Amino acid sequence: MIELRDVSKTYPNGTKGLDRINLHIEQGEFVAVVGLSGAGKSTLLRSMNRLHDISSGDIIIGGKSITQASGKELRMIRRDVGMIFQSFNLVKRSSVLRNVMAGRVGYHSTLRTLLGRFPAADVELAFQALDRVNIVEKAYARADELSGGQQQRVAIARVLAQEAKIILADEPVASLDPLTTKQVMDDLKRINVELGITTIINLHFVDLARQYATRIIGLRAGQVVFDGPVSEATDERFAEIYGRPIDDEELLASRLPSSQELEARAR
Amino acid sequence: MSMHPPHQNGVQAGSSPQRPEAPSKLKHYLTGAIILLLLWGSSINTEATLGTLIQGAPNMLDLLREMFPPRWSYFDNIVPAMLETIRMALVGTTFGAILAVPVALLCASNLSRSAWIYQPIRFVLNLVRTIPDLLLAAIFVAIFGLGTLPGMLALTVFSFGLIAKLTYESLEAIDRGPLEAMTSVGASSIQRIFFGVVPQIQAHFMSYVLYAFEINVRAAAVLGLVGAGGIGHYYEVTLGFLEYDKTCVIILFTLAVVLLIDYVSTKLREKLL
Repeated sequence: MIELRDVSKTYPNGTKGLDRINLHIEQGEFVAVVGLSGAGKSTLLRSMNRLHDISSGDIIIGGKSITQASGKELRMIRRDVGMIFQSFNLVKRSSVLRNVMAGRVGYHSTLRTLLGRFPAADVELAFQALDRVNIVEKAYARADELSGGQQQRVAIARVLAQEAKIILADEPVASLDPLTTKQVMDDLKRINVELGITTIINLHFVDLARQYATRIIGLRAGQVVFDGPVSEATDERFAEIYGRPIDDEELLASRLPSSQELEARAR
Repeated sequence: MSMHPPHQNGVQAGSSPQRPEAPSKLKHYLTGAIILLLLWGSSINTEATLGTLIQGAPNMLDLLREMFPPRWSYFDNIVPAMLETIRMALVGTTFGAILAVPVALLCASNLSRSAWIYQPIRFVLNLVRTIPDLLLAAIFVAIFGLGTLPGMLALTVFSFGLIAKLTYESLEAIDRGPLEAMTSVGASSIQRIFFGVVPQIQAHFMSYVLYAFEINVRAAAVLGLVGAGGIGHYYEVTLGFLEYDKTCVIILFTLAVVLLIDYVSTKLREKLL
């Protein structure tokens, strides 16, 4: 499904973003990429749909090289790869429905989309996508009227309407509170299981990665330092990835109120 | 500037490190002196004195006295010209706004492909904006002859420069996130702009168009002075025949129309943003 061959990325200032990365990701996997900030997680994800160009190596998506592609061919590959961002990247002044419909533009001619003449089937698809993330009642609300968690779900609906075969999620829950985090992660997991969409997700929280992913890839200074099933990702291995023992900073659980606190609040 | 050592009576010594001296005020005094010098120099060169102003005061009063009472019957004669003025402003603003869209997109450094494209276009745009609208109108009158066409063209060029400038500056301040999202969806470059940029900018753009229209109505009122049509022509005629009571009607009418349009446009712009 996705194959990275000897992928390296060097920034103009000489720092290595990615260093000789070889990966093979199968259809339907739920992969969590973990590592310190600056380890190259974001660069890795963004090179998979070529929001960032790589310096050397090759990336194959569904049998086609995205590194070599250009023009229409590149757009067609990108159409199959949906992306979810930390800051949601919705058009805030547009309605939720229009934001979701934006996921369909790759399927139609430029002129047709400019005139807004989407086929009825596309609108139906958009509503189904919103239904799947339980936010269909907000279809005609303006995107900036929604809470952060709701906006992220709209972004997921956009990817669903796009009928992407791969979802790249770049820190999708980093700007959400712990409870909304769970909802969004549950949505992503459900979509992965029910629709079989390959999902690759950058995560800061180690416990989230363990809870949701089937496979964990650890990055450190642009290199893959761990790649294996969740069962192998022990605390010791994580300590290697981070170069130090895991502290509370890497655990979402530490952000949740403890049971004692909740009791105290209830009283 | 005080050079005295700081007194420490009653203040706990050593609680804070040595305080910095206040910066010199010399720069402010120099600036003031230069401004005064410039004012004095210009008044000498233009032979303007306060005395002339005071001596001329009775003349001004005479003029005002001749203006009142306004000859209200003249009102009917100028209504068509006033409507023509508004139409000129409307057409000029519309065409200017249409032309401004592609140019603004090319000028925005975050959307344009390279500095080789947007820097020269910006330069031309700045040139266009340095030409006063009255001069533009005079040039177009020389080319196309008397009438409303040169007036409309002058206003088109003027609104084009203004709207393009304001729009490209807002374009540079848009959120890049939606653009990134549109790229990841597989959108073509035109689709990216239409779905990622236009919704972010359209309210601002409409507000700039209304603002340009406000200015254009005011500008159109005087374009007739150089023969470019509209109400301005009647200023020239009535002033030429010393019919100040008629001029007064024109001034009051223009004032009313401009105030009304300003008010409506301001309200609309508040609603937009």
